[in-house]
Amino acid sequence: MSSKNALADEFTAKAQAVSAFVSRVSSPEEALEKIMALCLERSACELLATGCELPLSGDAARLCDGKQQKVVAAPGLKKDLSKKLAKLCADLGVRYVTEGMREYVAGVDIGFTVADRAIAETGTMVFNSDSEELRLATMVSEIHAALVPVSRIVPTAMDMAPELRKTFSGAPNYTAFVTGASRTADIERVLTLGVHGPLELHIYLWEDK
Amino acid sequence: MQTAKNLGEYRSELREALSDDFLRKAMDNFAVAYRVSREKAFAGMDIEAVVQAIATAKDNAVARMDELYAEFKQKAEAAGATVHLAKTAGEANELVASIARKAGVKRVLKSKSMTAEETHLNHHLEAAGLEVTETDLGEFIIQLRGEGPTHMVMPAIHLSRYEVADLFADVTKKKQDSEIEKLVKVARRELRAKFNQAEMGVSGANFAISETGTLAVLTNEGNARLTATLPRVHVFMVGLDKLTPTVEDALTAIRGLPRNATGQAITSYVSWITGPAQCAAAPGGKKELHIILLDNGRSAIAKDPLFAQALRCVRCGACANVCPVYRMVGGHKYGHVYIGAIGLILTYFYHGRDKAKNLVQNCINCGACKAVCIAGIDLPRLIKEVYARIQDEEGHSLPNAMLGRVLQNRSLFHGLLRAAKLVQRPVTGGTPYLRHLPQFFARDHGFRALPAIAEKPFRDMWPALKPRVDAPKASVALFAGCVQDFVYPEQAVAMVKVLAAGGAAVEFPMGQSCCGLPVEMMGEKKAARDVAVQNIKALDPAVFDYIVCGCASCASHLKKAYPRLLADDPGLALTAQRFADKVIDFSSFVRDVLGMDAESFKNDAVQTAYHSPCHLCRGLGVTKPPRELIAMAGQYAPAAEEDVCCGFGGTYSSKFPEVSAEILAKKLSHVEAAGAARLVTDCPGCVMQLRGGMEKRGAGTVVRHIAEVLAENLKG
Ligand code: SF4
Ligand code: SF4
Repeated sequence: MSSKNALADEFTAKAQAVSAFVSRVSSPEEALEKIMALCLERSACELLATGCELPLSGDAARLCDGKQQKVVAAPGLKKDLSKKLAKLCADLGVRYVTEGMREYVAGVDIGFTVADRAIAETGTMVFNSDSEELRLATMVSEIHAALVPVSRIVPTAMDMAPELRKTFSGAPNYTAFVTGASRTADIERVLTLGVHGPLELHIYLWEDK
Repeated sequence: MQTAKNLGEYRSELREALSDDFLRKAMDNFAVAYRVSREKAFAGMDIEAVVQAIATAKDNAVARMDELYAEFKQKAEAAGATVHLAKTAGEANELVASIARKAGVKRVLKSKSMTAEETHLNHHLEAAGLEVTETDLGEFIIQLRGEGPTHMVMPAIHLSRYEVADLFADVTKKKQDSEIEKLVKVARRELRAKFNQAEMGVSGANFAISETGTLAVLTNEGNARLTATLPRVHVFMVGLDKLTPTVEDALTAIRGLPRNATGQAITSYVSWITGPAQCAAAPGGKKELHIILLDNGRSAIAKDPLFAQALRCVRCGACANVCPVYRMVGGHKYGHVYIGAIGLILTYFYHGRDKAKNLVQNCINCGACKAVCIAGIDLPRLIKEVYARIQDEEGHSLPNAMLGRVLQNRSLFHGLLRAAKLVQRPVTGGTPYLRHLPQFFARDHGFRALPAIAEKPFRDMWPALKPRVDAPKASVALFAGCVQDFVYPEQAVAMVKVLAAGGAAVEFPMGQSCCGLPVEMMGEKKAARDVAVQNIKALDPAVFDYIVCGCASCASHLKKAYPRLLADDPGLALTAQRFADKVIDFSSFVRDVLGMDAESFKNDAVQTAYHSPCHLCRGLGVTKPPRELIAMAGQYAPAAEEDVCCGFGGTYSSKFPEVSAEILAKKLSHVEAAGAARLVTDCPGCVMQLRGGMEKRGAGTVVRHIAEVLAENLKG
């Protein structure tokens, strides 16, 4: 237990060091509630400044026009969890999507996924992203929210090597390591979050059995 | 992208870069910030072990390149990809164009690929009528500028926010705010629109894992993920050097690469792609996936016993980050496509002799790149080798060949130095400097006062000087080197005084000559070897316990290069190694072998800054003894960037005086900021540069060799 806790603590510290928001939850349901709270916290239609408010070219501005209602995307959730999230969204008048993510390239407000693994040493989450829907949900969301079961944390990436080899061998396969939000320092080396991917990363650590 | 036709043209390009104030400031900030973040990222880790692991894994992969390619192809194709081998850059470009043609592609998205930069893929695709958009923010910016990258990791580091705002105003046809946060968001939206339209993605990869046919791609922005996901066709363009046998090897390299590149423990995203992923835009819901492995000379380099190590490079860009010359002139002037130390080398192999011939001369041989390289590549050595090869191919330049010939003949060389002393009289004005230099000479060297040849060289003083030491602790051969012997004999005199006081019996073997480093720097390998043989014979390692040297550059050359230069000579290899084992720098000898301490010296309490010579701190790994000695004889006043080059670099300072002057100016400002009245170092070449600079500035700070300060403060 204590070693599990130590891993969770290390993971938390490392993820926070790269600007992720980490909180503990006692159940996946609690994570769903927190996500919806996050959704409400921000003003309607514009969770975050994503660029649509800025002077853009015709094409880019038109793409923004398709982005008028609050959307939570969560492809790949287990059925019961998906149902619960759907209900929460319906209650709050938020659109809930689980497929057709290509229609939302302009952006969704929150993308919610469950990590397959996490790496304590670097604060990294690992997602099997064979599903294009899941892949896109983690890319086009303005806020990426993810549930990390504590039992799935390993100390270092090297500890996952045999498992990765096995996964890759079941090709085709697309596996993603995600550490912090999308970032760039390409203009005057000033660190800026959210260049192509999510502007914020929220992690819910779930102390599963 | 450096394209000058000759050295003169190259130098005028350099002058231009040196006068770009924004570039200079950006580079300075970066150089300082980089060191701090790298140190933080590696805190608590054994960096040497990481370097070793990466070097070993890479060497193994490079040696098995053909075999790994076959395995990779088999696995990746079994997973559903099509794997192509391109022999040349042109072949690779044509492959991409024909894949696009067959798939009816009009718009191509690129995520960053140095390999595609190497082949100039964009030009080719645009000529084929395709619209190409770079999606990495830095690459997007330089594409709009119609430029090449100036850094492998931060391609647009040379541009200011205002320049970027102007570019974006052109793209959006709307006025743009120069706030960086907003500019990034504008790019986000503009590029999102492009992602929505493109039919084909092109990207590079950091690793091609043969055991599973997997490509691993590291990015921070997330553009590679979108590029590899949205379009229906994807092409990876990857150098053969990226082949790696196992998942473990890739993970090992990932422990070092981002830390060394940007001080991050890992990049925001690492994508592991095996075979064509699900893709709703493609027929059958499955992406069309092509992987092009580019040779373009790599398989030949892999077989070269010396240059194979260049293929270890993981493109972290660190060798540029720490290079004092890169810092002054920026990436457009310090590489063709590949930039920094590795760029000087790869340009020769991938873009040809013409593009490389000026560049390779612009290395000051400070060793900073080698010390930081995460793959353990001996970059300065390979740069010198490239220069030597270019000269072997194009013919040796007259001055180089002449110097080579002169140095091979010691009495001729020393005779010329003595003659120079007579000629210089009219220009010294009775000072130890060359004053009233002829105009053409003065313009380039105006940044520092040049020293005059001494009235009497050390070798002529020696017979009267030789001390008697009873019951000596060790027998020592003194190696003075040309500068101490003929320009600053007083430094060698001071050394002898300190060594004798510490209980060493000193000899000065007269047969010694120049150490040979200058000719090696000029690519004159034969001359370098010949003088090595002369010196080994003159300072017989069977006779002396130690060979002590007060010149950091000579010492590191004697110790590190001699065994290599003579390795293939069965009659001399062993002697060269024994010789090298006995070579030690003056400060280490005095402090560690003779054990001189605070009891041995008076403390004159003068505020003293230290310049750590490149060839001492990095060449020989000596950092503590000189600082300890300074603190015994005076007050040590730490200055910023003590271990950054002073800009001398032997012949470098006369070949690229403008760059040398700027590097020197930075150094002197740091010393002034430290409030030092005295600047001490342990290399006569550095003394020449630093003292000349201080003299020119009219600054009151005196510049001394450490032996002089110790000799003056000897007790008793
Ligand atoms: S040795 Fe010094 S000057 Fe030469 S490339 Fe390396 S860092 Fe730059
Ligand atoms: S040569 Fe070394 S330091 Fe330079 S980019 Fe390659 S791996 Fe990095």
